[in-house]
Amino acid sequence: MSDTTRVEVAVLACAELFRDAGEIVASPMGLIPSLGAKLARLTFAPDLLLSDGQAYLLDAEGHVEGWQPFKKVLDVVVPHGRRHVVMGANQIDRFGNQNISAIGPHARPDRQLLGVRGAPGNTVNHRTSYWTPKHGTRVFVDAVDVVSGVGYDNARKAGPAAIRFHDVHRVVTNLAVLDFGTPDRSMRLRSVHPGVSVEDVLERTSFPLDTSAVTETRLPDAEELRLIREVVDPKSMRDKEVPS
Amino acid sequence: MDKRMTADEMAAELRDGMTIGIGGWGSRRKPMALIRAILRTDVKDLTVVSYGGPDVGLLAAAGKIRRLVFGFVTLDTVPFDPHFAQARQSGAVDVTEYDEGMFATGLSAAVKRLPFLPIRAGLGSDVVTTNPQLRTVTSPYADGEELLAVPALRLDVALVHLNRADARGNAQYLGPDPYFDDDFALAADRCFVSAERIVDTADLSSAPVQSLLLNRGAVTGVVTAPHGAHFTSAAPDYGRDEAFQRHYAASAKDPDSWPSFVDRFLSGGEARYQSEVARFREAA
Repeated sequence: MSDTTRVEVAVLACAELFRDAGEIVASPMGLIPSLGAKLARLTFAPDLLLSDGQAYLLDAEGHVEGWQPFKKVLDVVVPHGRRHVVMGANQIDRFGNQNISAIGPHARPDRQLLGVRGAPGNTVNHRTSYWTPKHGTRVFVDAVDVVSGVGYDNARKAGPAAIRFHDVHRVVTNLAVLDFGTPDRSMRLRSVHPGVSVEDVLERTSFPLDTSAVTETRLPDAEELRLIREVVDPKSMRDKEVPS
Repeated sequence: MDKRMTADEMAAELRDGMTIGIGGWGSRRKPMALIRAILRTDVKDLTVVSYGGPDVGLLAAAGKIRRLVFGFVTLDTVPFDPHFAQARQSGAVDVTEYDEGMFATGLSAAVKRLPFLPIRAGLGSDVVTTNPQLRTVTSPYADGEELLAVPALRLDVALVHLNRADARGNAQYLGPDPYFDDDFALAADRCFVSAERIVDTADLSSAPVQSLLLNRGAVTGVVTAPHGAHFTSAAPDYGRDEAFQRHYAASAKDPDSWPSFVDRFLSGGEARYQSEVARFREAA
């Protein structure tokens, strides 16, 4: 499909995060991961459970199929581990450490952000992926200022209890899909979106990436494209997040 | 026992240096009428424990907070509270920043009168390095896992806002999420509840019994506060006042316009606040 937009590729890449996930809770934070999770459920991951961002689990027809208030999320859903969260990242480093807390020194930040939120608990309890619409050297940094989501190096340093369920899966951006499938679990460039070169990604990343097996990110097929455009995002909200 | 009191009487119970837990979540069902009453007192040096929203921003702007225990501060539809950002960036407040699950676990330990509870969350993150007082605990069983020991988050006072209460302090939520209000109540020496409406005990049975979140044994005082969560949400009574929240955030961001916001909305009592909000709505 020649008229497929970059953001539609990104939505599909977010959907692919949930392929073969089975009957688990998908917790996509933000618009593009949410569209991806909905697309995944309508296609190759029909058993996904999806929250409305409030206290309900909604099925594909919009019926309430479960109750999931915040206390249940933190007491049970996260530690039980049958969940895949996709979080944003103000900063992310080579081993997948993520920062959503603050920029600059923690004692007195240059810029206060949200706080660590549930990122420390998510990352040591179940599969975690990240989405950023701004692949650049300000996001892909040598070292994050406040480790919120725990990366592979820090999980290893913290010991067996931190590693046991630790599973940082992929990073999806407006340019590419990255993962940690290397011997030392450092970041690897998995695929570049159509129209993006490997050099484009390397230039916009502060640290070296393994580029030994880069492919091109899959384009949505005709049915996936129809679902994106007519069912999961008929008002084209996606175009505001990643301009074509 | 009739536990009804005014918001100002509740605020007069606070003392400098107390640890105050605030219920709700982000910009959802915050006891804002009680917060506004605190703003009218000269109490200071509070340790505030909150899944933070504009409660934190307002108290920080008024210089009430010495330390904040938090996992996030957000207005939900507006990502950051400008007052909180300013307080952090100027070094005006000390912080204990926890993972959301650690925060819940600390409250739970306080409820259960335990010194700590173990949790996996926090391991490997800067929550550990920025809180050097935290300790780990090793499982005494064969697994031998070394986990984080979250100390009990004991509170002097908890403030929560619910949809309905009776005069004796039985309190009910009618929205989809109880948040952690019951834990806040039981983790505190005294809990003050504001409610949209005070009703007869018999009327509490008009909703499913599971909606009775707090029984009177956990409640010290009850404040009638219609629109008492404004501008945060109190579903199903009302949603978040997005237009007013945007006005709050824009005013908070601009040092030149904040004094006029305070003058118009916060310098009088709750009745003045609500009537100015009504005028603001008409003008919008």
